[in-house]
Amino acid sequence: MAFPHRLDAPELPDFSMLKRLARDQLIYLLEQLPGKKDLFIEADLMSPLDRIANVSILKQHEVDKLYKVENKPALSSNEQLCFLVRPRIKNMRYIANLVNADKLAGRFRKYKVILTPQKFYACEMVLEEEGVYGDVSCDEWAFSLLPLDVDLLSMELPEFFRDYFLEGDQRWINTVAQALHLLSTLYGPFPNCYGIGRCAKMSYDLWRKLEEEEDSETKGRRPEIGHIFLLDRDMDFVTALCSQVVYEGLVDDTFRIKCGSVDFGPEVTSSDKSLKVLLNAEDKVFNEIRNEHFSNVFGFLSQKARNLQAQYDRRRGMDIKQMKNFVSQELKGLKQEHRLLSLHIGACESIMKKKTKQDFQELIKTEHALLEGFNIRESTSYIEEHIDRQVSPIESLRLMCLLSITENGLIPKDYRSLKTQYLQSYGPEHLLTFSNLRRAGLLTEQAPGDTLTAVENKVSKLVTDKAADTRWNLAQISSPGKITDAFSSLAKRSNFRAISKKLNLIPRVDGEYDLKVPRDMAYVFSGAYVPLSCRIIEQVLERRSWQGLDEVVRLLNCSEFAFTDMAKEDKASSESLRLILVVFLGGCTFSEISALRFLGREKGYRFIFLTTAITNSARLMEAMSEVKA
Amino acid sequence: MDCYTANWNPLGDSAFYRKYELYSMDWDLKEELKDCLVAAAPYGGPIALLRNCWRKEKAASMRPVLEIYSASGMPLASLLWKSGPVVALGWSAEEELLCVQEDGAVLVYGLHGDFRRHFSMGNEVLQNRVLDARIFHTEFGSGVAILTGAYRFTLSANVGDLKLRRMPEVPGLQSAPSCWTTLCHDRVTHILLAVGPDLYLLDHATCSTVTPAGLAPGVSSFLQMAVSFTYRYLALFTDTGYIWMGTASLKEKLCEFNCNIRAPPKQMVWCSRPRSKEKAVVVAWERRLMVVGNAPESIQFVLDEDSYLVPELDGVRIFSRSTHEFLHEVPVASEEIFKIASMAPGALLLEAQKEYEKESQKADEYLREIQELGQLVQAVQQCIEAAGHEHQPDMQKSLLRAASFGKCFLDRFPPDSFVRMCQDLRVLNAIRDYHIGIPLTYSQYKQLTIQVLLDRLVLRRLYPLAIQICEYLRLPEVQGVSRILAHWACYKVQQKDVSDEDVARAINQKLGDTPGVSYSDIAARAYGCGRTELAIKLLEYEPRSGEQVPLLLKMKRSKLALSKAIESGDTDLVFTVLLHLKNELNRGDFFMTLRNQPMALSLYRQFCKHQELDTLKDLYNQDDNHQELGSFHIRASYASEERIEGRVASLQTAADAFYKAKNEFAAKATEDQMRLLRLQRRLEDELGGHFLDLSLHDTVTTLILGGHNKRAEQLARDFRIPDKRLWWLKLAALANLEDWEELEKFSKSKKSPIGYLPFVEICMKQHNKYEAKKYASRVSPEQKVKALLLVGDVAQAADVAIEHRNETELSLVLSHCTGATDGATADKIQRARAQAQKK
Repeated sequence: MAFPHRLDAPELPDFSMLKRLARDQLIYLLEQLPGKKDLFIEADLMSPLDRIANVSILKQHEVDKLYKVENKPALSSNEQLCFLVRPRIKNMRYIANLVNADKLAGRFRKYKVILTPQKFYACEMVLEEEGVYGDVSCDEWAFSLLPLDVDLLSMELPEFFRDYFLEGDQRWINTVAQALHLLSTLYGPFPNCYGIGRCAKMSYDLWRKLEEEEDSETKGRRPEIGHIFLLDRDMDFVTALCSQVVYEGLVDDTFRIKCGSVDFGPEVTSSDKSLKVLLNAEDKVFNEIRNEHFSNVFGFLSQKARNLQAQYDRRRGMDIKQMKNFVSQELKGLKQEHRLLSLHIGACESIMKKKTKQDFQELIKTEHALLEGFNIRESTSYIEEHIDRQVSPIESLRLMCLLSITENGLIPKDYRSLKTQYLQSYGPEHLLTFSNLRRAGLLTEQAPGDTLTAVENKVSKLVTDKAADTRWNLAQISSPGKITDAFSSLAKRSNFRAISKKLNLIPRVDGEYDLKVPRDMAYVFSGAYVPLSCRIIEQVLERRSWQGLDEVVRLLNCSEFAFTDMAKEDKASSESLRLILVVFLGGCTFSEISALRFLGREKGYRFIFLTTAITNSARLMEAMSEVKA
Repeated sequence: MDCYTANWNPLGDSAFYRKYELYSMDWDLKEELKDCLVAAAPYGGPIALLRNCWRKEKAASMRPVLEIYSASGMPLASLLWKSGPVVALGWSAEEELLCVQEDGAVLVYGLHGDFRRHFSMGNEVLQNRVLDARIFHTEFGSGVAILTGAYRFTLSANVGDLKLRRMPEVPGLQSAPSCWTTLCHDRVTHILLAVGPDLYLLDHATCSTVTPAGLAPGVSSFLQMAVSFTYRYLALFTDTGYIWMGTASLKEKLCEFNCNIRAPPKQMVWCSRPRSKEKAVVVAWERRLMVVGNAPESIQFVLDEDSYLVPELDGVRIFSRSTHEFLHEVPVASEEIFKIASMAPGALLLEAQKEYEKESQKADEYLREIQELGQLVQAVQQCIEAAGHEHQPDMQKSLLRAASFGKCFLDRFPPDSFVRMCQDLRVLNAIRDYHIGIPLTYSQYKQLTIQVLLDRLVLRRLYPLAIQICEYLRLPEVQGVSRILAHWACYKVQQKDVSDEDVARAINQKLGDTPGVSYSDIAARAYGCGRTELAIKLLEYEPRSGEQVPLLLKMKRSKLALSKAIESGDTDLVFTVLLHLKNELNRGDFFMTLRNQPMALSLYRQFCKHQELDTLKDLYNQDDNHQELGSFHIRASYASEERIEGRVASLQTAADAFYKAKNEFAAKATEDQMRLLRLQRRLEDELGGHFLDLSLHDTVTTLILGGHNKRAEQLARDFRIPDKRLWWLKLAALANLEDWEELEKFSKSKKSPIGYLPFVEICMKQHNKYEAKKYASRVSPEQKVKALLLVGDVAQAADVAIEHRNETELSLVLSHCTGATDGATADKIQRARAQAQKK
């Protein structure tokens, strides 16, 4: 059932080299402070660090104790302190305060600050303003790419999204350019580059500049990856805002996958302990279900359990020799598989329990209605009820944003009333959240003239009332009903609507969408919607350019670019020309990854993902939320 | 040919020394050499002369002239000396002229007499004056050592990174040492000095007496000492006319010689090749030159004129008013080939080739002879090597021709040594030309490296030659041509008589976008010469905008720098400029500048958010950005204010700002918040418990949970809570209290705006089936099935569904039918379905 890779699928480059590079550099930096030292690590960096250098490696290089950087005085009594932090002003203040406290107490220690992925002048400025610049040494650990999986690289910079798309802060673009430069040094130049969005363009330009400055030896190198595709998150918020229903996405939505691993609580492990589980291609069970629609997963797992039992059962009727063989060779693998299987079954059950409780089917139905643009009134009251009942601040916000984006903004009346309701339910401080969302274009008010006429409204209601009731249960998630072409033309003059129509994002389906045998990328949203970002990638790759997509680009309101270097392309093998690196600036979701993996299998490509961070709807909303200090 | 070895002089049994002319000097010297301070740089470097008028009577009132010549006597510079008395001259490794003055100041001049900089050898010297000074070269660079009037030594091992070291005192020293020198051993510079019969060695901390091993007795004074080019060997000349030669550590004697001349020599220098076993020193008196080595006899030359010796890596240069000669030990390869009656393979090959040219069959005989001995490879190599050591192009050519001839008879002789030698010789001959005047030998050239040679050509402004050499040797552009062009451009910008436009254009024409050329470096040079406009023009050609910024800042073109920094996309660079601007401009102008640069503005805002909150406020004020100002005050109401009054005041400011921003919604919301805050405060005072900062919804819920229903309703009215919300809220709160009686009363108070399904749901959630059933009957028809299923009444649900003839409802009920208990119901549904289909 899990789709095997096509036989002619190209081999992926080995990205473990990136880990080794980062580790060696870190060790070098630690060795610069010889002798015993205590290491202070920023909380966000702990998981990524663990993937690069575990505690025993740190100990080997004379790290004595590990502390978390938090707003508490440091208890360390060591004479040498090393800080491993992101280049944030907050952190620099923390360090400066610590140094100044030591000075007051007449204590002299050695301090070393390792900033990753790069130093910022502003940080050093803070140290200078606080009067400790001379007391600490600042170094840069250029650790910008963490391979989370064989085909997934993450920069682990969740703040990229807020910094760039909300605050307009461009400082991470340089980091992106550096990361791309590193990739092209290690894996050869990219013959074909495509991109969409302002940030993508800036990153690309800066990256090109870096390549030019270094009249490098890479020029003669054979390209290992044929294409690179850069895209800004803000060209497609819709996909990121949808509830995820492929297994990996659902696990992320439910349990939060952090840096490639997840903490399964007691309700999953069916013991009294939580368990940290790495989720990647090495987990054989997970690898088979990660891209599956959730409705298939349970069936698959029970089939797998039966097979496993059958394998165990082979023991009966074995003679001594066979038994010995079985124990020494197969048993361990079976046990491992058994363990993983029971974990994922536990996770599934837990997801089921949570989802049914929250009326998940109603939610999905509303989402699909929003995507298709029918029954807007009903969806709006659903959202209102959601808010009134205080179901979840993040979820309510997400639905409001989804409504706003698909409808090209809320009509003024709804805009005011939903916000008022929201403030009453979840607290007045969210006034700031709304200001942020408006700035980022996630929750806006319709410009006058964009509203539907009353007639249109009635017609669309007529159509959609007939839409089949869908349900969410274990057996299947059926696809929602479709509006006929004639009626959808009456839909709003919204850009999403127009784009959706142009790119055929809402597939027309006769009968049920068979989620077991997906026929297009829409399967990641139960057949209701093809992720916009992935569709764009598909279309551009098909054409090898943006030709014919002018209208879409105009509607997206983003600038696009494409460059092909024939000289490099001639050097590339046909295999490498089927490898595509997709760079998501501002984060990508597991649903998008699954959709593109599917596309790859269909077309014989293989996608590699580079993202500033893994994201989902909740993370996006949290990034925009203002919480009381 | 016969006379080729005529200028070879044997020293002992195994070595020959030869002296040949490099140039005939046509410099027009006004002074005698002996009246001048002379400094000649090693590696065929330039010669500096300064008439020494201070040693003699003060009478000479004329200001002396400092003159600089190339090694071939071409004048490079001439300038009137206007500073104080000079004690010593010397050249640094970078070919800068160091002039040590009596007052301890050291003036540094370029090759073309351009003043570079000056430094001092310390305050102590000011009083005691400088008696003597030496410029010496070590692996770290060039150093200066001085002897002061108090007979103390001070030295700096590297003038590029000036660190003065005062050497320890020599106990009981009453007069100047008779001679002294610097030694370099294990990266430490020492001073060796001779006082009467004693030798003292000074290092950084101690002064120790040393005695040369095997020194002949009867020495009462040392007149001269010489240390070899590589600091490995030392020679001492005593008042008995005796010369001791040994290692620099003085622990080992190589040889000694008694020349029976008691007059102090003018100069004594080592003359030996690297890796040669023969060691010799050259001693010069007024009219006599003597080469002394490990042999009973010495080689003697007569000097017709005043001469000056320049020690080199592999020999000694000797120049006088009319000639410039080179004296060295004949290299092994040359000796083998040219020695009279030599039967070395190289000699035979040379002979063979000559016969071949004469079309004589003897050529074959010679060749055969070499081949029989299997020495042809060796012969070719010898000829190639010997060619390198020859000064005359004719001789080089005939040796190379011989090598080439020999190569014809060899399979697979790797060609590169031959090719490389041809190239090297071509370069060497070009630079030895008297117009250029750098008489490097092959060994010196190899030691110096092509890179340094190119630097020296650039230093002499011989750009075309340097470029030709680069192109001829096919050096990579970045190391070769581009670097030279960049230097040329830096020189070009100093030509003050050419207009900015012309210079900029000329430079751009020549340089184009040659890789590795940094326009910003050239611009920096232009700025250094005070040509700001030219610098800006040149920066326009710089493709990397990041490179333009630092210089623009330096030139106080901060706004231009800001836009360039933004262009570069490097936020750090932008930030650097911003801080510059912040200090440079007044606040208003600074903000105005920011306003036109959104990228810079957002960057600065981010910084202010964390570091300078007040500035942030000012920024918003300046822009009349009332919306953000409002948000700012709201944030402040959470962050900085503790008391309710303060918070309300903050919120009021925010609300005012929102009104100004025409954001009535936000203004009203903020006012509501103020109202709520005050109310919560009152509730806390009157009822106790925690109310502050709860949302409106939670405040009302808390009131109901606390049994203050009246208050709750009042609040709902005051804040105009919509009916729907109130129902949801009450429902949840009453169910939470499990106050079923009140709930029922509430449900009957009027028709529920949210229907009755939520009542069923919430009762079931609290596991109260009994209460749930009460409400199930009141649920609207379209939700009835759902409600009935919730309370577990499958049979009735089926009836309703059948009645509704709703397919979806039917399947929903069916999916709830479990096993045996609902078997009948399931059948019923199936029947109803079948019936429906029939119709």
